[in-house]
Amino acid sequence: MIRLVGVEKTLGGQPVLQGLDFSAPAGKLTTIIGKSGEGKSVLLKHMIGLLQPDRGQVWVGDAEISRLRGKALNEVRKRFAMLFQGAALFDSLSVFENVAFPLREKLGLKGAEVARRVDEKIEQVGLAGMGHKFPAELSGGMKKRAGLARALVMEPEIILFDEPTTGLDPLMAKSIHDLIVTMQRRFKFTAVMVSHEIPEIFAISDWVAMLRKGKIALMAPAADFVKTTDPEIQEFISVSGPIRLSGVAAG
Amino acid sequence: MMVKRLGAWALDSIQEMGRMLLFVLSAFAWLVRPPLRFVQIVKQLHFVGYKSTFVVVLTAGFTGMVLALQGYYTLRKFGSEGLLGSAVALSMIRELGPVLAALMVTARAGSAMTAEIGIMRITDQIDALDTMAINPLQYLIAPKLVAGLIGVPLLVAIFDVVGIYGGYLVGVELLGGNGGAYWNSIESAVEWKDVYGGILKSISFGLIVSWVCCYKGFFTKHSAEGLGTATTEAVVLSSVLILVWDYFLTSVLL
Repeated sequence: MIRLVGVEKTLGGQPVLQGLDFSAPAGKLTTIIGKSGEGKSVLLKHMIGLLQPDRGQVWVGDAEISRLRGKALNEVRKRFAMLFQGAALFDSLSVFENVAFPLREKLGLKGAEVARRVDEKIEQVGLAGMGHKFPAELSGGMKKRAGLARALVMEPEIILFDEPTTGLDPLMAKSIHDLIVTMQRRFKFTAVMVSHEIPEIFAISDWVAMLRKGKIALMAPAADFVKTTDPEIQEFISVSGPIRLSGVAAG
Repeated sequence: MMVKRLGAWALDSIQEMGRMLLFVLSAFAWLVRPPLRFVQIVKQLHFVGYKSTFVVVLTAGFTGMVLALQGYYTLRKFGSEGLLGSAVALSMIRELGPVLAALMVTARAGSAMTAEIGIMRITDQIDALDTMAINPLQYLIAPKLVAGLIGVPLLVAIFDVVGIYGGYLVGVELLGGNGGAYWNSIESAVEWKDVYGGILKSISFGLIVSWVCCYKGFFTKHSAEGLGTATTEAVVLSSVLILVWDYFLTSVLL
């Protein structure tokens, strides 16, 4: 679904991505892990055209987007949604209006149709009755839920998650993970997630990829990934405790 | 070493100017493409125009009053108190109205514009617009540019009128000048070209304020310090540009 070929990117004189190849399988949840500052968010931004590579190609389906701009890029972006680290809700709009925003602006929907779809999503993410609140009145976890509702409301083919649980307590982080997995299994969108939540992500991801020195050092199904013999990767994934695989991943 | 630094500075400045020009041209290009962001434009006009009215009326009133106070005693030395009205009105319409109103809008609305857009940049809200296939220049910037272009001239008109009344209050009601002479001197001295010059200035100042303040906010660096710097730079640069542009425009108009 998403494929990066030989992507190179230098930011502020520092090489971040160095000939990176990556491919996210369609309809699966792929998680990218790696040390802080390795360029995981930069990698994610390349997939949706927020950053353009210095060299290399970025494919979304049959479209090569690395040199696209304006309308052509927007056409590709219509297939995407992205959940940002801080949720990136619009401060001046209520939760309801935030979720309704893409429906109104992109699809030109109005009135009852918007209300129906927005209420449905707000309920699915567990924020029923919170539609009138403004982002400043929400906790970190609630913001992420609202951001997820906004990402889901357009029923996109691909959703990118940039560290969706950063800054949340373990219980809240688990509930956001559960929500992402439930939604992904239900709507079958292609999900690419950047996360530091090791070992939790092994229980929810179909595929795991490790970013190291600007390249994908290892990408494998979660169950195979944990068996790697690379000592550095083993140390990285086992430092936070024992890994538990989900039934799906383990099977 | 010195020459090298100077060269780097010059190159940076030219690059920055180019970026600023591209920024405003793209925003205007997006403005004329459908959909027309009418609601956004009205919201911004409300913010830039209506909400600046109080501070503009306040500064205009006192500016007119102090002009009359200074002018009255100066003119009296030459026995020309009757010309007070024209002195106040011409200073207001040609210079002080456009410049002071634009500076007040910079301080009140311009700084808020930079801060608002800057926070949206830092918290990824601008990227979020991009990922939703909504062009931030069209949705966020173009309405603010239009609001500056329409709002500032209207505020300047209010500034001029209130300032002239402020002058009347002090020159006639307080100091006992002749009311008829005050209005009569205005009517005979103010020409269409003065008003036209004032309008032209206020339109260009409106563009400068919203352009500079939006640009600085849009390219805010990702930190609280970056936001502070952007806001300061926006206010300082638009104020300086207003005064510099005022000089050049005046020298052409006279």
